[in-house]
Formats: sequence, C-alpha cells, structure tokens
Amino acid sequence: MIEVKNLKKQFEDIEVLKGISTVFETGKTNLIIGQSGSGKTVFLKCMTGLITPTSGEILFDKRDTTKFSYEERQALRGEIGTVFQGSALFDSMTVLENVRFPLEMFSNLSMKEMNDRSEEVLTRVNLTPESFKKFPSEISGGMQKRVAIARAIVNKPKYLFADEPNSGLDPKTAMVIDQLLHELTVEYNTTTIINTHDMNSVMEIGETIIFLKNGVLEWSGDKNEILTADNEAVIDFVYSSKLFTKLREVLLEEKANSKK
Amino acid sequence: MHGMLKLLGFIGAYFLFLKKVFKKPQGAKVFRKLIMREVYDLGMSSVGLVAFISLFMGAVTAIQMAQNFQGADIPVPDYYISYATKVVLILEFSPTIISLILAGKVGSYIASSIGTMRVTEQIDALDVMGINSPSFLVMPKIVAAVLFNPILIMISIAMGLVGGYLIGEVTQMWSQSDYIIGLQMPMATRLFVYTFVKTICFAFVIATVPAYYGYYVKGGSLEVGRSSTSAVVWTSVILIILNLVLTQTILS
Repeated sequence: MIEVKNLKKQFEDIEVLKGISTVFETGKTNLIIGQSGSGKTVFLKCMTGLITPTSGEILFDKRDTTKFSYEERQALRGEIGTVFQGSALFDSMTVLENVRFPLEMFSNLSMKEMNDRSEEVLTRVNLTPESFKKFPSEISGGMQKRVAIARAIVNKPKYLFADEPNSGLDPKTAMVIDQLLHELTVEYNTTTIINTHDMNSVMEIGETIIFLKNGVLEWSGDKNEILTADNEAVIDFVYSSKLFTKLREVLLEEKANSKK
Repeated sequence: MHGMLKLLGFIGAYFLFLKKVFKKPQGAKVFRKLIMREVYDLGMSSVGLVAFISLFMGAVTAIQMAQNFQGADIPVPDYYISYATKVVLILEFSPTIISLILAGKVGSYIASSIGTMRVTEQIDALDVMGINSPSFLVMPKIVAAVLFNPILIMISIAMGLVGGYLIGEVTQMWSQSDYIIGLQMPMATRLFVYTFVKTICFAFVIATVPAYYGYYVKGGSLEVGRSSTSAVVWTSVILIILNLVLTQTILS
C-alpha cells in the first residue's frame, strides 16, 4: 500500500501539486487520471523518487520515503518497477539484455539463471523467442511496451508504476497492455499505479481512480462510479468524447428509471 | 558580470557532477563490459582517423622544417629536420591537436548519446532502478579514454614520423639516413612526462565535459544537437586553456 499525505511540489513560483492526499491499494490497479498539465507525471515522479517533493509524506507500506537516506532510497528502488511513457529501453541492448539488466546489476544469479528468468517474464508478456535478440528499434511500439513491462517486473517488484503505458498505441494493443498490467498486478500482488488520460483504460482496469486537475485531487472513485460522477471537472474530462456523452445520457436515464 | 556568474555556475555544476560520477560503481560485471565497449567506441574507432591525419601532418611538418632549415642563413644539418619534427609531434601536435580532433569526434558522440538517453527517459529508468546514473554512464568513458588516449597519441606520433620519412623518400629533400639519425637524438625525460600528463588530462576533459552537457540536456532532439555543439566548443576551449596551464606548470 502507498499512502500519500498532503503532497506538494513547487517549481520556482509554480505550484504543480497542491496538497494531495490519497491511498493506493495493494493488488489493485490504481489509476491517476487528468488532462495534460494536471500534475499526473510530477505526482508519479515524486512517488518513484525522481522528483523530490516540496512537502508532504509518501509512505510505502508505512515507511515514509521522504525521510529516507540515500542508501534507504536506493534499497527501496529495488522494490519498484517502472514503465515509462516512451518505454525507455536501452538502445544499445537487445530485448533480452534490457530485461536481464536489472538482474545483472542487483542479483547474484548466474548468467543461465538470469537468462531463464528474463525469458520467463518475456514469455509472460506474450513475446516470442524470435524477438529476444532484436534491438528496441527493430520491434513495434506495442512490443517495446511489453519489453518495458517485462523489465519492470523481472525483479518481482512490490510497487509497479506506469506512466501513460498505452500512449501512441492503437486501441486494441492499448487494451492488451492494460489487461497485461492488470493481470500482473493480481499475479504479483503489486501496488500498481498507472497514469493515463485514456478513458478506455479507465473503463478497462480502473479499480480505483483519482482525478487530478491543476495539481488538486478533484475526485476519487472507481470505474463504475466515474460515468455518473457529478463533479464538473470529471464530467468535462470524461465526456469530451461524443460516444461517452451519449453513454452518460443512457446511464443517467437508467439510473433515474431504477430509482422509480 | 552575468557571464562570469554563468561561468562560475557551470564550473560548480561540473564539479558536483564529477562528485556523483566518482561514487562507487555498481555491478562490477556490467561495468567491465561497459569499459570494453567504450574502449571500442571512444578509442578503437578513432585509430584510422588519427593515423590518417597524423601521417599527413607529420609529412607536412617535416617539409616545413626542411624549408626553414635548408633556407636558413646558418647551415643546419639535415638530421635536425626529423629531430624538430619529432619534437613538434611529441610536444604539441599529437597530444594537443589530436585531442582537439577527438574533442570533436568523441565529444559530440558522448554528448549526443547521453543527451538522447536523457530525453528518451533512459537515464530516468536507470535512476528508478537505483543505479547511480552519472557513475554508470561516465565512469566507463573516463576509464576507457584515460587508458586508450595515450595509445592513440603514441600511434599519432609514430604515424607522424612515418609520414615525415615517406615524404622524404618521395621528394628526396633529405636523406633517409639523416632522418633516422635525427629520430635517434635524445629528448629530455620531462618532455615525455609533460606529454603523458597532457594526454591523461585531455582524455579526462574529453570524457567528462561532453558527458556533463549530455547529462543535463532538457527538451528534445533539437536541444540534444545544441548541447552536442556546446560540448565540442567548450571542450576545445578548456583543452586550449589547460594546455597553456600545463605547459607553464611543467615546462617553465
């Protein structure tokens, strides 16, 4: 579980996060949604330790990471897996080497054991052995995302972060990636936090959702509640698509009928 | 005043960056592998260019020496042509000019490759994994450059002298036996020490200044290009100033 208490982040005179408090549960896919510029990425980077918050607390299973020493933070990072927006695979390494890399750096496994574990997770994310020896530039965007997920889970992390994991992917591949993240969350019992502005992802895997607007937590709930939420900012975000507007009308009608 | 503050800011940030670089490296197996790769990328891949430039520059230097000595009012023995060529190559041409050329070739490669890693979040990925990214990315480059640059400079000196020998053979401006005699004339040990120290210091600058520029890139591909250009310019400026400082310190 990750608990965030009154988290603030200021860059010079711009306050990007304005006192966010929330809880992300273990074994669930926790989504952070909001428009571009709402502070989602900064929030995620504060939790992964890439950005130091101005004030507030971030508790990883009751351990306040904002008070961690350099060594404690480095140790915690071994428990974290991160999937970046652009995959962030190392260009100079093959698919297999990318996934093996965290093991090479931090484990005492033999080369065979490392290769076995890497191949196991690559197979788990539905990649075939033909792709293992290819370089990131030789595979598709969807495959790169799978490799990034495989690299994030190879060390069996307790906490899994993903920043816009399906950006730049077609809807079908995006859904596959969402499902994969959800399955892995259950399988590894991780505390998974995903940044997204994709409503398809929200409806697919949004077990708990928080909505950010201008650095403020505006709304929280789950995928069943978001479509009928009465928060203006959420309505504006969710129903920017005509399809969802139509859906809202139907849902509200159903809701009214059920009350009768 | 603003420019001076900016310069002081750069110097401070550069040394803070070096402090991070010199933290204990992680993952010995990976580190060794990286050093081998950097030896190829920073050193081996430059051997051809260094040999080619040095061969021709050695020939040009020898011709210029011959022109000066043979046209002098006081007769100067021909073996001084190769001696002077040797001194020029050892003291200045090979360590300084070749280092400047490497600042362009290797410096732009370092700045752009690290810069690209920055803008594509590969450095963030290293940091999130708990890897000290400055050390992981830059230490192997420093080790490779400091180990291999002296070899490149020796190749340069040797090729320069071969260039002088060959052009003498072609033009018949001096006899080959005189050329060999000149090459065998002794040079003070401290001159070799001076060259060696220069080579090591320049290698360090060539590995670290462009790495600093690449590491702190913000933005996209355009900024990577700009930082690569700035890296080459500032590395060259620092080399020139350092050359003067080392020359004054060691030779005077």
